[in-house]
Amino acid sequence: MNTEQTEQSDINSPSKTTNEAVIEIKNLKKSFGQQEVLKNVTLKLLKGENLVVLGKSGSGKSVLIKCIVGLLKSDSGKIDVFNKNVNILNRKELDELRQKIGFLFQSGALYDSMTVKQNLEFPLRRIKKDLTEKEIEEKVTEVLENVGLADALHKMPSQLSGGMRKRISLARTIVVDPMIMLYDEPTTGLDPVTSDEISALIIEVQKKYKTSSIIITHDIKCARKTANRMVMLAEGEVLLEGKTADFENSTNPIITSFFQ
Amino acid sequence: MKNTNPVFKVKSFATKQSIKLSEKTMVKTASASNFLTDLADVFLFIVQFFRETFSRNFEFREFLRQCFQIGYKSLPLISITGAIIGLVLTIQSRPVLIKFGAVTMLPGMVAISLIREMGPVITALLCAGKIGSGMGAELGSMKVTEQIDAMEVSSTNPMRFLVVTRIWAAIIMIPLLILYADAFGILGSWAGANIKGDVSFFLFFSQAFSNVKFMDFLPAVIKSFFFGAVIGFVGCYKGYNAGRGTESVGVAANSAVVLASLLVIIVDMVAVQITDMLTS
Repeated sequence: MNTEQTEQSDINSPSKTTNEAVIEIKNLKKSFGQQEVLKNVTLKLLKGENLVVLGKSGSGKSVLIKCIVGLLKSDSGKIDVFNKNVNILNRKELDELRQKIGFLFQSGALYDSMTVKQNLEFPLRRIKKDLTEKEIEEKVTEVLENVGLADALHKMPSQLSGGMRKRISLARTIVVDPMIMLYDEPTTGLDPVTSDEISALIIEVQKKYKTSSIIITHDIKCARKTANRMVMLAEGEVLLEGKTADFENSTNPIITSFFQ
Repeated sequence: MKNTNPVFKVKSFATKQSIKLSEKTMVKTASASNFLTDLADVFLFIVQFFRETFSRNFEFREFLRQCFQIGYKSLPLISITGAIIGLVLTIQSRPVLIKFGAVTMLPGMVAISLIREMGPVITALLCAGKIGSGMGAELGSMKVTEQIDAMEVSSTNPMRFLVVTRIWAAIIMIPLLILYADAFGILGSWAGANIKGDVSFFLFFSQAFSNVKFMDFLPAVIKSFFFGAVIGFVGCYKGYNAGRGTESVGVAANSAVVLASLLVIIVDMVAVQITDMLTS
């Protein structure tokens, strides 16, 4: 019984991490006009860990990960990804770095004009240029099986439900074997059962593909399930950083409002 | 109590006027600055287009797909419109030409007016509506649903993949659609001539093309490439730079049609002036 419980807990909990940082952010600042979204953010993502970034809407969580992949340019501060400063990379260097990073968008961002198969092949053909047609087909089938949607191969995104879109989007992200995963609100807009399935998938991806991940969310159930470590953003700054227990024991009213 | 001192009154009036003036100046400065920013954005967009066009890794497959979308999928609309224009032009002109005893000039007149002006302008305006709005709406919705960002993070240059291919497809396919519309227009004209008369297909075409010179074709073909460029640029620019909200998709599509149509007319006017200068 005990052994069974331990095995079950291993499957449903994130794997252990190392102390090597894959992303290091120092004194990050980002404003939109007069509105200062990120005031002074400093944090690290360690190799192999799932770092959950919590915060209320508009606290700059999504801006933070968009700065990491260079979709937004920070005003000041330093973002090192695999020891390369994202802010000073040229287009070619940034593209090379992006090949190691997977980004799961809040909306899924599947290409509407392409089938699921074409959606998955799109990054694969551009990033893994040396793959043969057979290898591409095998890889696409493998990731679709991993997300449990092998039969959706020829469907259009408009034929998929919200949860299926998230799964396909996740499959498109992992198809190129990224080393870092950035999840932008992976469970937003999903029912509790599908949310749990997505949370389980996040842990599975971490274990199977040995990824280090930043998970942006305000879904505490997902955060509890997937996190090795958590960070709370408030007013553009890091309010608290620590393990799940540190957040549960905190007396800060903002944090307690999340964990009640 | 109200101050009745005339010096104070003048001072207060001058202060109010000065505040009003500075407010007006600020508004005008802001709008001028917005206009200059927009102009700079357009300029950068064009520069980026040429830079990506001549860079390596041209997205040839996507370019062919866009040619199919723009060209082949517009054929039914262009065929029907072209034929109707030719038909209507013939039915309208025939009575006048009969009055002047110049009905034999009908095929030549219709062919020249279709090739030089009606065909290119009407087809370009139709394309501005169908293709320009399609580009604006498609790229706008891709922007709103983060598909362009998704492309960017998967190491694909969205400017090269989405914009360059669409603009070049428009530049290549719209002149072909215009020639196709001309052909259908002449076919429609032959049908129109046969409603009240009896002209053989061969005779009508030989009469039509005996009046058409190479210099009737050349300026029309050259300006049709510019029509294609205008429609492609405006559609892509409006869609690619759409805002983040869903209403911006509609705004992008609508403004793409309006601006592209206006620019088509302006380009036509300039082209006619240049042709006139060169041929007279």
